[in-house]
Amino acid sequence: MTVNATARRLPASARTIDLVRRPRRQEALVQALLVGSALLSIFTTVAIVFVLVREALLFFRAPEVNLVEFLTGTLWQPAVGHFGVWPLLSATLRTSLLAVLVAVPLGLAAAIYLSEYASARARGILKPVLEVLAGIPTVVYGYFALTWMTPLLRSLFGVDVVQFYNTASAGLVMGIMIVPLISSMSEDALSAVPRSLREASFGLGATRLETALRVVLPAALSGIFAAMLIGTARAIGETMIVAIAAGAGPAFTWNPFLPAETITGHIARISGGDLSYNSLDYNSLFALALLLFCVTLGLNIVGRWIVSRLREEYE
Amino acid sequence: MTAPAPARFAPNLAARHRRGRFFRGLFFAATLVALIALAVLMATVVNRAFGLVAVAYAVDPATISDRPLAEMSHDELQAMFEANASRGLLRRLEREKPLSNRSREELLALLVGEVLQEQVVQTWTLWESITRAPQIEAEVAASHPAARLSFRSWINGRFLTQPMSSHALEAGVRTAVLGSLLMGLLTMAFAIPLGVATAVYLEEYTSGSWARRIIQTNIDNLAGVPSIIYGMLGLALFVRFLEPLTSGAILGVADSNGRTILAASLTMALLILPVIIINAQEALRAVPRSLRQASFGLGATRGQTVWSHVLPAALPGILTGTILGVSRLVGETAPLIIVGASTYIVADPNGLFSKFTALPIQIYNWTSRPQPEFAHLAAAAILVLLLLLLSLNAGAILLRNHYRRQLG
Repeated sequence: MTVNATARRLPASARTIDLVRRPRRQEALVQALLVGSALLSIFTTVAIVFVLVREALLFFRAPEVNLVEFLTGTLWQPAVGHFGVWPLLSATLRTSLLAVLVAVPLGLAAAIYLSEYASARARGILKPVLEVLAGIPTVVYGYFALTWMTPLLRSLFGVDVVQFYNTASAGLVMGIMIVPLISSMSEDALSAVPRSLREASFGLGATRLETALRVVLPAALSGIFAAMLIGTARAIGETMIVAIAAGAGPAFTWNPFLPAETITGHIARISGGDLSYNSLDYNSLFALALLLFCVTLGLNIVGRWIVSRLREEYE
Repeated sequence: MTAPAPARFAPNLAARHRRGRFFRGLFFAATLVALIALAVLMATVVNRAFGLVAVAYAVDPATISDRPLAEMSHDELQAMFEANASRGLLRRLEREKPLSNRSREELLALLVGEVLQEQVVQTWTLWESITRAPQIEAEVAASHPAARLSFRSWINGRFLTQPMSSHALEAGVRTAVLGSLLMGLLTMAFAIPLGVATAVYLEEYTSGSWARRIIQTNIDNLAGVPSIIYGMLGLALFVRFLEPLTSGAILGVADSNGRTILAASLTMALLILPVIIINAQEALRAVPRSLRQASFGLGATRGQTVWSHVLPAALPGILTGTILGVSRLVGETAPLIIVGASTYIVADPNGLFSKFTALPIQIYNWTSRPQPEFAHLAAAAILVLLLLLLSLNAGAILLRNHYRRQLG
């Protein structure tokens, strides 16, 4: 009715309406807004890279600094112009290594249990527990490291051996923090292995353990490796646990019972104080952040690439 | 051709099954470790959030007043405080918040803390308080005769309603909780529209194109960037570069620098955008294709289809994902340290451009102090934080169930 009424009022030339070519300003506007917000994520990445590189360049151009000393030096004392990254980097590597050593066996065993053994009821209880563990803020883990893990280590190894602030306690607790990440990623990898492989193995008379360890695990190995890489990236970028429990002040040592500051811990401590912009201290934080960004991004990219290849393999 | 002889086969089988059972136990134990870790963590926190405390006044209350303080009115307390506190302290307190504006409870707390200097002599954990109460009483009676021993829940009404204080007995988390809530709201106001719009663009407007692949890869990688890096971005971009905006100088309300709640919220918005986008994408993907096709078939445009059909159907999923994003945000600490949350602040946040503190910052601050009473305060604050997270997550689950029933 209304269509007819409109048509009668229009001049004869406009009676056929071309819906396809009709300009749709509203639609175009909406789409432009959507594209804009999608581009914001690209902008975020560009901004991160730009900010880090710009300030880091200011740092490396300073006369007190040279790139070789930064990458190989074992002394980080900004006050007297020594900027060798190894005291901080070694602490980061030590805590992350410890975390991975705790998290990978635990997480992998939990993943095997959940995917190969557990009944639906057991999964229904255990998986939420792991999710809760993953949802606990890292500052709480830091508190846990300082008030529970450190006293435990000190009573085990002696108060003289284990300092109040130490990287071992931070690393161990960080390992517990990463267990849910490793277990859920590994479980995804294990579940992606087709049922037919398991059935073939059972059919040949293998036990559940032999099937799990010799058939399913090797088939899912690349996914588990990816979980390790992404877990390592999490450990390297983790800040609060080390800021609370690992100690303040860069120290070049390989003893996990001594206090040492990680890259993230150093950034948090220095920027938490009164920091003047355009100082070498300020710029040095960005150089450290750039190093951190490159390492974690690299690990994440490789990890994701492996996961996507694994997915293609079985689908 | 012949079947294997059971006699040669059986002993081997028993050993294999034994190994199987052993490893099964091992795998189960590893899973249990996670459960035990969670239990120990909670026990550690609860153990320190309650317990016996011995407190003593450094100044005897009888020397400043002949009546119990609890019976006095607001004005009497103010007069007494002004008479007994040092000039410098009065000036500082007036600057923070005028005395006449403070409530009676706040004045009482000031009087007890600053003038009488009620101090914690010693504290015990909940476990010690339960198992060794008589010994503790004897110890206190012997070593600190003037001290009063009482069982204290470090998480209590005063703790929730009082601002930060340098005296452990008066300190509270009011400012921190308000700061966290305001920051959460602001962050969501930025992140939800942007996140949902990005997800809609990726899921509904692009399919398999190179633009989508690039943006998707980029978002996945952003989700893996450590939060401290976002803090550095926020420091350089929002706190420094956009200082005129984030400090409020453009609007003429500037009183300090760019280290405001606005700058922190913008930083946090960038941080949780990937989480929100990825969750919203999953929610959109769960909407059946047929719904879209029916809408297109009736002549609706893409925009109309998304707005009137796809988004309403995806809403519960988007909301759930968003709440999960919020709970990530509420516990996030490192970026806030970098963009400069204040650790000591007594005034409630009063707008976009105020300085602020947040609950995890407060926990960090108390944890870093050497005095044991602050470890108890940190434990109490952790309980508040965990309760906040628990209620957020419970809300998400209830919401999801509610909508699922409605749609199903």
